[in-house]
Amino acid sequence: MNEFDDKITDFRALLHPLNRRRFMQGASALAGAAAIGASAVPETAYAQDKVLNLLCWPGHGDPAFVKPFEEKYGCKVVAKEYVGGEPMLALMNQSPPGTFDVVLADAEYIGMLAQSSLIDKMDPADYPLADYWPEFQKFGPHWVNESLYSVLIRFGYLGIAYRTDVLSEKDVESYKVLWDDKLKGKLGFFDWYLPTMGCLSLYDGNKAPFDISAEAFDKLKKTLFSLKPQASGFYSMADQFSMLTNGTAAAIPGVGDWVVLLLQKNGVPVSATVPKEGGIQWTESMSIVSSSTKKDLAKAFIQYASSPEGQARSAILPSYWASIPNKKGWDLLIKDHPAEAKALRHTFDARNVMDEYKDGRIHIRQTPVKQSIEEWNDVWSEFKSM
Amino acid sequence: MSDARSTQTLPSASPVTSSARATRLRFAAFWGLPPLVWQLAFFVVPLGFLVAMTFWSVKSFRLTPDATLANWTFILNAGFFRNAYVYTFWLAGLTALLASLIAFPAAYTLAFRLQPATRRFLVFMLVVPFFTSYPVRIYSTQIFFSPQGIINAALHPLGLGPISVLNSPTGTVIGYLVLTLPLVVLLQTFALMNVPKTLIEAAHNLGCGRLRTILTVIVPSARIGLVVAATFAFVLAFGDYVAPLYLGGSKPPTLSILIADQVKSGNHWPRASVVAVIMILTLVAVMSTMLALAYGRRGAKP
Repeated sequence: MNEFDDKITDFRALLHPLNRRRFMQGASALAGAAAIGASAVPETAYAQDKVLNLLCWPGHGDPAFVKPFEEKYGCKVVAKEYVGGEPMLALMNQSPPGTFDVVLADAEYIGMLAQSSLIDKMDPADYPLADYWPEFQKFGPHWVNESLYSVLIRFGYLGIAYRTDVLSEKDVESYKVLWDDKLKGKLGFFDWYLPTMGCLSLYDGNKAPFDISAEAFDKLKKTLFSLKPQASGFYSMADQFSMLTNGTAAAIPGVGDWVVLLLQKNGVPVSATVPKEGGIQWTESMSIVSSSTKKDLAKAFIQYASSPEGQARSAILPSYWASIPNKKGWDLLIKDHPAEAKALRHTFDARNVMDEYKDGRIHIRQTPVKQSIEEWNDVWSEFKSM
Repeated sequence: MSDARSTQTLPSASPVTSSARATRLRFAAFWGLPPLVWQLAFFVVPLGFLVAMTFWSVKSFRLTPDATLANWTFILNAGFFRNAYVYTFWLAGLTALLASLIAFPAAYTLAFRLQPATRRFLVFMLVVPFFTSYPVRIYSTQIFFSPQGIINAALHPLGLGPISVLNSPTGTVIGYLVLTLPLVVLLQTFALMNVPKTLIEAAHNLGCGRLRTILTVIVPSARIGLVVAATFAFVLAFGDYVAPLYLGGSKPPTLSILIADQVKSGNHWPRASVVAVIMILTLVAVMSTMLALAYGRRGAKP
C-alpha cells in the first residue's frame, strides 16, 4: 500500500504545477501571442489588397500567363483550380463573399452564374471584342437578356484523341471506331459526364446533342453502356496525359487538341480529330465575381487576358493549349511562336480552326436541356460502376 | 502532505480518503482528458455532423439543412452503389487474406529464425516505407507497372509479358498491398514474438513436426495478433481512395471513389455522407466480428 501511495504523491507533485493560476498565466500568454498576431493583420490586409483571386481550370494562374499582368499592376494572381463545371458552381455558391474576384468558367455555366447573381454585367466597350473573329464577337451563351456577362478567352473542339500507332486517320472518321476491336480494353475516358456523353449524343444522330428527348436520352444511355467492354479506365485531367503516353489508353472520346498538342510536342504519337458526326466546342471565359471588392483589378485582368499579348500567352499555357478568339492574338502568336501557331492551326494561309468551325459540325457544349444535370450524372456514375 | 501520510494508516478516515480519490481522479483526468477532448472535437462531433448531413438536401448546388430520407433511398436503391459496395468489400477482404498469407512466412522468419540485431534492422526497414507519403508510393508503382515501365522492360528479355495491371482490380489490389503489407508483417511479427517459446519447445519435445507446430501451436497462440493484423488490412483497404483511383483507374469505382464522385458531380455532400455512414457501419460490424473471433472462446478441439 505504502509504495503505491508514494507513487501517487509523486504524481501529485507533477500535477500541481498546473493549478488554476498557472493555467491562467498560460492562457494570458496565449492571448498575448494572439494579440501580437492580430497586430500583424493590417500588413496582411495590405497584401490582400494586391491579390487577385482567380477561380479557374488548372494552369490559368501560371506565371507564363499572368506574369506581365502582375508586373504591370504590382499584384499577385492567386488561382484556385477546379476540374469540371459542377465543382466550379459548388465553389461559387458556397465560398464566402469576396473569396474570388474573377471566375474562369465554361460558356454553358455562364447563364446559371448570371441567374444566381454571382457574376456582374460587363460593358462590351471595355474589351477588344471587335478584334475577335466575327463568330465570337457576340457569342450567344455569354449574353443574358442582351447583357454581356463573360468574355471569351479560349476554346477548343472535342472529338476523339487517339494514339496514331494504334488507329489511322481513316479509322477515326467516325465515332464508330470506339467500338472497334483494336480498342478493346484500351478506350480511356475523361471522368466528366458532359463532353463524353455530348460526343456520343452526336453519334446517336441528335442534331442538338444536349437538347434531347426522353427516348433519345434512353438511347444515349444504351450507347454509352455498350462501350463498357472497351473501357480501360476513368481518368483525371493529369492521368489522361500519362495514360495516352504509356499506351494504357489508345483513344479517349470527348477530348481533343487540349490533351494531345502538348504530348505531340514531347514526341508522343497522338492526334485528335473531329469525326464526321461532329464535335463539341468547349470554351473558357472570364467574368467578374459580384462579391469581389477589387472589381477594377478584376476588369483589368480580363482586359489583359483578352488583349493580344494575354491571348497569345494563354493559347500556349503550359498546362494545356487552346484556340484563342482574338485575331490580333493570332498575329502575335504567328510572329512570336510560329511552330506553336501551326500546331494550333492558327494560321491565315492554311485551313485553320475557324474553317472547321464554319463547316458547321461543331456544337457548343451545353448543360442538359430537357433532363437535369443530376440525371446525366447518375447515368455516368452507373456507367462507371458497371 | 502529513495528512496524506496519516490516511494510509487510517483507511477509515473518510474525508481524507475522498481527497485521495479526488487526487487520483484529477490525475486520471489530467492525462486522460486531452485525448478525450481531441476525439470529441475531431471525431465525435464531425461524425454527428456527418450523420445529420445525410438528411440534408442540395438545391442548385447549395447545401440546405433538411429532414429528408431521399438521400438514403437514392443511394440504397442505386445499382452503382450496390456494385461498388460488393466490389469494395470483396477487394478489401481479398487484400486482408492475401496480405496475411504473404506476410506470414516473413513474420515467422523475423520472429523465430533471425538474430535479434538482424531482426531489429529488418523491422526498421519495414517502417521505412512510411517515410514517404502513400500517394507518392502509388504514383511510383504506377510508373513501375505502365506498359513500357520497369517491370515490363525486365520481363521482355525473359520472353514474358507484357503484363497489363493498371486500370484493373489487380492494380487496385497491388496498391492495397503496397499500403497494408508492411504493417501486416510488423503486426504479425510482434504477435509471433509473443508466443511463449516454452510452448514451441514443448511441442518439439513431444515429437510435433514443424508444420504441425505452426498450425496447432503458433497460429492459435498468436491468433489475436494475426486477426488484428488482417483486420487492419481490411480497414485500410476498404477506405482507401488512392490505389483504386491511380492503379485501378476507377474501373470499377470503389466506395471511396463514389464519395468523391457524388461531391464532384453535383456538390452532393448529403449522398456522399450516406455512403460514408454506411462505410463506417460496415467497418464497425467487421471489427466487432473480427474481435469476437480473436478474443472469443476457442472451439474445444482434441
